Amino acid sequence: MTLELTTHERQLFAGSRGDATAMAMRILASAAELVGASELVEISSAHIDGCLHHGDGGVEFAERLAKGGGRVAVDTTLNVGALDLLHPDKVRAGAHKTDMARRQMEAYVRMGAEPTFTCAPYQIGHLPGMGEQVAWGESNAIAFVNSVLGARTERYGDFLDACCALTGRAPLHGLHKEENRAATVVVDASLVPSGLKGQDVFYPVLGTWLGLEVGRDIAAIIGLPTTVTRDQLKALGAAAASTGAVALFHVVGVTPEAPTLEAATRGQAPTQTITLTGDMLRTSLARLSTADVAAGIDAVAVGSPHFSISEFEDLKRLLNGRHMAVPFYVCTARGTLLALEEQGDAEILRDARIDIIVDTCVVVTPILPESGGVLMTNSGKFAHYGPANTGYEVLYGSLEDCVDSAVAGRVVSSREVWTW
Amino acid sequence: MLTGRVLVAGEGQGPFMRLDQAISFWGGVDPVSGTISDPRHANHGESISGTVLAISSTVGSSSSSAIMLELLREGTAPAAILLGEADAILSLGVIVAQELGYAGIPILEVPVAQMMGFQQGVPVSVGPEGTVTQAGS
Repeated sequence: MTLELTTHERQLFAGSRGDATAMAMRILASAAELVGASELVEISSAHIDGCLHHGDGGVEFAERLAKGGGRVAVDTTLNVGALDLLHPDKVRAGAHKTDMARRQMEAYVRMGAEPTFTCAPYQIGHLPGMGEQVAWGESNAIAFVNSVLGARTERYGDFLDACCALTGRAPLHGLHKEENRAATVVVDASLVPSGLKGQDVFYPVLGTWLGLEVGRDIAAIIGLPTTVTRDQLKALGAAAASTGAVALFHVVGVTPEAPTLEAATRGQAPTQTITLTGDMLRTSLARLSTADVAAGIDAVAVGSPHFSISEFEDLKRLLNGRHMAVPFYVCTARGTLLALEEQGDAEILRDARIDIIVDTCVVVTPILPESGGVLMTNSGKFAHYGPANTGYEVLYGSLEDCVDSAVAGRVVSSREVWTW
Repeated sequence: MLTGRVLVAGEGQGPFMRLDQAISFWGGVDPVSGTISDPRHANHGESISGTVLAISSTVGSSSSSAIMLELLREGTAPAAILLGEADAILSLGVIVAQELGYAGIPILEVPVAQMMGFQQGVPVSVGPEGTVTQAGS
């Protein structure tokens, strides 16, 4: 298939907006041909995942674009980097890596991207509307923007995300197209007790199962309460995108493209209907822990995806004036921290010996104590990536379990909710 | 000889190395040494540098583009890659490396069944039109 460009796109290709945009256009056109797109689509926002340092090539790429006069053509937010720029001593990295990681983050800011440095831009006011075409990177943000907001993105990652931001275009293929967004698999959660479905701890487990069992197919989930919160959907999508390449799911009666099951499937018969059982969920729950409950804990980390204001409110309520006995990390956006500081909550949390990390997170860069051990978390994503990325064993539990355990300095775990 | 679908054009020669287990370059390949670094991978510790690397499928971390770029910058990349399923992510890493002035490598889509016809470790040549030839076959 040959790629057809509009007059404006051909001008960008020829350098009408400078060398950097021309380079971005060349890379974008090659990528579009690789995926078989016949045209590009205009986008209204971009979320760039490419500011995390994996090696100096990422710095070279970003600085080449910045030096070539690159400017983002649409509203552009930035994902986490490898440093907490507001608290530089939090990350253990050598001088070279620190310098390069900072340069990579700053190059994107020079090109006009907003220094959000968060994996959850949708929590700090970046909320594309239903049907809007966008180019977002970072797997949880992709799942959220497609599923919960009904905007349209494919899975963008390093380099292509920036090329989309600079040109304001993306290859028209995959989830950008209406016909590829229909649910083909129905997941029936009606047998799951409503008491469990009302709790946050259910959603990362459901997401883990969804990623493993449904993967790239698009699910329509039925039988979830209409009171399901955005934080719960965020946790569901993040876990699903960690264990499988889930970029879109529908929750019937909740998400915007699924007012009814027929709407979610676009009237087509599903290829498969799966009824969730207790055994399925307990298998996924078990997968989220590699450590034995009896092993004790050495640290707790929450905030993957980044903690929202409402999650901080839950944390403050659960803390109830107590203090942490083991290191306790909360990862969030600098924009959210600012709001917490204005409310006076940041001070309360720090007094309780909670470490608030911004601009990055504990599984992408060395922050956790070098001594290692067992990391407790309420995040399906931390539980999935923790062992490989940090060397810690992981133990999954609710936020309440995480707080109670960190206060007690030993594991406090309430598992009876999973028995029915 | 066979002809694959050209994803990134180029020429390369090296010993044939087929991985029978899917791999994510991000978290699975160390670009400094050019070796497979995922301890759970069957070929853990083996070098992919300079090989004609045949992979039935990749695990789709989008950060694998960045690792492909690092391999090319470090001079530790394979000489060519044959993919069972077309993968825009690895190809994108090569395209970006070429934009930055580094030498690229060819990437071809080749049906997995055809990859089986080549001898492990025996030199293979990839030509600019997507031809793949092994000495003595």
